[in-house]
Amino acid sequence: MGKAAKRKKKVSVPSTARGSVKSAMAVVKSNPFEVKVNRQKFDILGRKTKNDVGLPGVSRSKAIKKRNQTLLKEYKEREKTNVFKDKRFGEYNTKITPEEKMIRRFTLERQQNYGKKNIYNLNEDEELTHYGQSLAEIEKLNDIVDSDSDTEEKGTLSAELTAAHFGGGGGLLRKKVSSEQQDEEEEKPKSRKELIEEMIAKSKQEKQERQTRRENALELTEKLDKDWKEIQTLIARKTPKSERKDKEVEKPKPDEYDMIVRELGFEMKAKPSERLKTEEELAKEEQARLQKLEADRLRRMRGIDEEANKKRPNHMSADDLADGFILDKDDRLLLSYKDGKINIENEEEKEEEEEEEGEEEDNENEEESQEESASEDEEDDAADGHSDLESDHESEGEAAENKEEKKHKANENESQNAEKLDPKREAAKSELPYTFAVPESYETFKSLLAGRTIEQQLIILERIQKCNHPSLAVGNKAKLEKLFGFLLEYIGELATLHLPELRTIDKLVLPLYNLCQMFPEAASDSIRFILRDAAHDLEEVIEVKGRATFPGLDTLIYLKIVSLLFPTSDFWHPVVTPAFMYMSQLLTKCRITTLQDVIKGLFICCLFLEYISLSRRFVPELINFLLGVLHISLPKSQAQGYTVVHPFTPVGKNLELLLVCDKEDLKSWEKQNVPLSIVTRLKETSKTEINHTRLSCLALCFDLIKKCAVLYESLPSFHEIMHPVRILLTQHIPVNEYPEKMQEWYHSALKELENKVKHYTPLICEKKKPVPLKQYTPKIVKVLEFGRKQAGSKKEQERKQLIQRHKRELKGAIREIRKDNQYLARMQLSEIMERDAARKRKVKELLGSLATQEGEWKAMKRKKWKN
Amino acid sequence: FGALLERRELFVGPLPEQDASLGGDYSAQDKYRIWMRHRYGDCVRCLGELMGHDAFQVKELALCTLMKFVELEAQYPLIKIEWKGTLTFPCDLLKVVVDGLLPTTEDASLLISRFQEYLEYDDVRYFVMKAVTASIGQVMQKTKERPLPFYQQNVFSLISPINMPNKESEMVRFMVKQVCLTHCLQFCFKAHKQVFEKMWLTFLKHKLPPGLYKKVLVILHDSVLPYMNEPTLMMDFLTVAYGIGGAISLLALNGLFILIHQHNLEYPDFYKKLYSLLDPSIYHVKYRARFFHLTDLFLSSSHLPAYLVAAFIKRLARLALTAPPEALLMILPFICNLFRRHPACRVLLHRPAGPADMSEDPYVMEEEEPSESRALQSSLWEVQSLQNHYHPDVAKAAAVLSQTLSEMEDDISGLLELSASELFDREVKKKAVDVPLEFEQVRGLFGKKNDIFAEHFSLD
Repeated sequence: MGKAAKRKKKVSVPSTARGSVKSAMAVVKSNPFEVKVNRQKFDILGRKTKNDVGLPGVSRSKAIKKRNQTLLKEYKEREKTNVFKDKRFGEYNTKITPEEKMIRRFTLERQQNYGKKNIYNLNEDEELTHYGQSLAEIEKLNDIVDSDSDTEEKGTLSAELTAAHFGGGGGLLRKKVSSEQQDEEEEKPKSRKELIEEMIAKSKQEKQERQTRRENALELTEKLDKDWKEIQTLIARKTPKSERKDKEVEKPKPDEYDMIVRELGFEMKAKPSERLKTEEELAKEEQARLQKLEADRLRRMRGIDEEANKKRPNHMSADDLADGFILDKDDRLLLSYKDGKINIENEEEKEEEEEEEGEEEDNENEEESQEESASEDEEDDAADGHSDLESDHESEGEAAENKEEKKHKANENESQNAEKLDPKREAAKSELPYTFAVPESYETFKSLLAGRTIEQQLIILERIQKCNHPSLAVGNKAKLEKLFGFLLEYIGELATLHLPELRTIDKLVLPLYNLCQMFPEAASDSIRFILRDAAHDLEEVIEVKGRATFPGLDTLIYLKIVSLLFPTSDFWHPVVTPAFMYMSQLLTKCRITTLQDVIKGLFICCLFLEYISLSRRFVPELINFLLGVLHISLPKSQAQGYTVVHPFTPVGKNLELLLVCDKEDLKSWEKQNVPLSIVTRLKETSKTEINHTRLSCLALCFDLIKKCAVLYESLPSFHEIMHPVRILLTQHIPVNEYPEKMQEWYHSALKELENKVKHYTPLICEKKKPVPLKQYTPKIVKVLEFGRKQAGSKKEQERKQLIQRHKRELKGAIREIRKDNQYLARMQLSEIMERDAARKRKVKELLGSLATQEGEWKAMKRKKWKN
Repeated sequence: FGALLERRELFVGPLPEQDASLGGDYSAQDKYRIWMRHRYGDCVRCLGELMGHDAFQVKELALCTLMKFVELEAQYPLIKIEWKGTLTFPCDLLKVVVDGLLPTTEDASLLISRFQEYLEYDDVRYFVMKAVTASIGQVMQKTKERPLPFYQQNVFSLISPINMPNKESEMVRFMVKQVCLTHCLQFCFKAHKQVFEKMWLTFLKHKLPPGLYKKVLVILHDSVLPYMNEPTLMMDFLTVAYGIGGAISLLALNGLFILIHQHNLEYPDFYKKLYSLLDPSIYHVKYRARFFHLTDLFLSSSHLPAYLVAAFIKRLARLALTAPPEALLMILPFICNLFRRHPACRVLLHRPAGPADMSEDPYVMEEEEPSESRALQSSLWEVQSLQNHYHPDVAKAAAVLSQTLSEMEDDISGLLELSASELFDREVKKKAVDVPLEFEQVRGLFGKKNDIFAEHFSLD
């Protein structure tokens, strides 16, 4: 019983006003007939009992009241079908904020009223409002607003009044009594009502006084204003505009006051924004951001789970995959990343340098655009020279402004700068529209970009991006995500052209990067899609022909783009890891039959090296391939001290691909970069040039070997890995026949290989945490709370708790239902009783009336008889 | 001619010469029959020639007609039955067919595949095998050890799909329903096997081109060896193949294993040979799964000396430095399993009391003899290197080795067949929650700091 009562209490408390309940409880508790005491069998020290006292009457009455409100209503309306509908707009919609709701209703109302009005009445006097109040009203009630601000004053002034309001009647009475005792002792019994009236009168008087005071002040300020205006006009005439700023500091007080008043008036409206950051602050922030990102990258590289990191943020070594030595590796990585510069200041400098570079680029862009504008303006020159001059003037001013802005926002990227330069570019490229819709299909996209110069294409892309920023409309996100795919496809197409437009691709990477930053998921998905297709193609070719060929330049470019868009040092990355796998397949599965294949393979080797340049991961395929390339540069009949693996064969027809025999060509060779377009077509028909390309490849190979050696020197089995390459380099390569420059490459590579100290330390397993022996001493568990089960794990406990709660709830629900039924039965019974009683009463009445009738009739009869 | 054969209108018995018959004292009907028999012979000869025709359809038709003749002739023999129960099968005719099927100059695999359906019949198979054996003997003698790739190819494609019945009771499909013949063949199931064996042995006696060699070895262990009366006869062939080296040795291993396992073959220096088989190509060849399955079997014995297992582990690890990721994912659990089976080898991973610093790896890679390779003095630095592998799964698998191993062996049977494309698909399908991005601002395709590409490639 007591338990139930308590629960009831708990339920009902929040629903009713707390204060009233408390008072009621107090009353009830004081009534000994309401209280039921649960007797305790044993008294236990320190135990707090909650259920020793119950209030059955109160709880019962509460329950009945509640049922009256809910169940009874339902019961009474049980056979009624018409329902009350609330058609107020959005009354029950919790998603709409109240302001919004009001706005909607307002618009609805307006719409309803709109059509009915007189259409010829043009200047319908609409009320202008500010924060929901009409402006006229505000003007009228200006004083009131001010009076609000005076509340403080009011509070301090009328302590008496507050005492009267909140101090309770008694105190006031007493006080009054004490004060009035001196004046009019005979009028002691002054009623409470009178007192209050007096107080009201007093406060009214005070208010009036204050108003008059304020009016006076207002008048004074107005006067001051007038004076100031007069003076101001004088000053304004004297000072030129440029010095106004200085003057403003010297402004006399009234103006300041004015300003403050105005500020206060519009305080809600003009929220202070964050101040513009200075250059150093920005640089610092940028640096902090980069450091954080770098730390993030390192963490990902080691493949530490974020959860694990969260759990044990300071305990790194336990989570490390590669034990022990990762710490020193860590340092080295940081060093390598900073290009040998250790301290942070240097990095900052570098950042600045980069920024400068960026600015330089911007400037170049400016120059370019200016040149362009100049060149195109020349045509207009003849028509209107004067206007041109003027416009030049203006543009100069704009440029000055731009520079100022740049000072503030040095870190803004190119695109934003370009935006500033837009006015000028617009002049230059008046034929480009300002807004572009995002093309829906690849064909429209292509037609949009077709026939434009690189700069124009860039601008178009940029504008598309701006016009359809995802914050502007809902569907823009999906559109721009599509754009990324189109751009990728376009790049692929450019790369597969007979004359690959690599310069264009070079520039197109920028918008690609920006888009990728905006939508990482979509970008990664589309690139993964491309990779998957490429891999499946490769597999198909292998299945059909039994051997694979290297893919086209477009795939190579895609792989390169992956390294630009995503961090390649991660332990696992949704895009980079498949790219790794794909490249590894290319290096192991593809046959090498032509010089182009060699170049492509070397390109992929470069990619591998770039991917792992930070993480220094081990790529066996890379070494194998480089070894193979060296192998095919040798004449066939060489003694072997090494073994080449797939796809290279020790014997076969595709050997000697890189072998150069011609002495003349050897002499005339100079180091030059390999043009990528060679991959799609071999334009050099002359043997000399082919030989030169071969030598370039060889030089590249030497360099790559050197770089590999630098990267892998920390691996414990470095010498085993590099052993075949070293043998090939030292024993088989005909160094002396090569040109001098090549010999330099060769020697530097060999030096890297041989400089390393052989150093082996025996492996030792990670120590396992010792398992403690089982002990037979009793386990002592601290009992925290009596009466509660302690045994079991946390999970078990939780489960038990849940079961218990469920049981309790079930019991409670059953009880509630039973009570409901009882209540209903009671209601029905009382209804029936009522009905029966009514019937009885009516019957009685009828009988009575009949009796009287009868009586009257008999009386009449008797009278007749008498008469 | 089919109708004639059915009507028994062709001359039966030993055939006299055409001219002699015309002048001889035969009745007119006999003369007619003799003449018809001669024409029939001509026809068969023509068909045999047509088997070498250019058009495939002509060949096919010729083949079908000849086989029809074979069937009919077997039913209505042209030779006089001297006593009941003699073998009456047109061997000469079948010889013509087989010769047509096995041209020495071109690939006839299409025709042979058409011929497969006839080989379903037990009697046909029996006589074809006999004919093939004879044919090989003839042709090889003629050519005197000169390899005939086409001929051998054809023979192989003819005999490789021959599937022998497992039990005598299964031999019920005959082309010709002849009580005596059936009886006879059922009786000599053993003879059937013998013919099969003889055919293979004659075939393998001669030198084979490497491609065919591999093919033979691939099917040898499950479609040839079980059906031989004396599988040990194959020993010479397998031993030679095992000694050749490279992929052929890998394949010979399987047949050899069966011989060792089921027929008590004693093979000296088997493990040494196996050890020397391990070279960088094992991770790249097509038969990788088969090889490692067998190696796993060979090394599963717990009676192997520790030095041997250590040498194997070390060599496998050393070679793994050049392996592709799919092979690495297989070999690392493999090595783990070896460590579990042979706890004595754990010094390779855990040597707390060893010298602090060594200037050289004690292991000698070039040593042929596993006992001389000093593998037990070494450590598995290769695995430590592989912990830095670019593939996350490989790095994880390698990291497992540096911790204490669990007792349970890993199941590598699923990993044996792992291919690179499967691995790729698995990676691509993984869903990522968020995609980390490069934070360095891009400046063009080759615009990174210290870009390797900018040094060596130009954009035009």
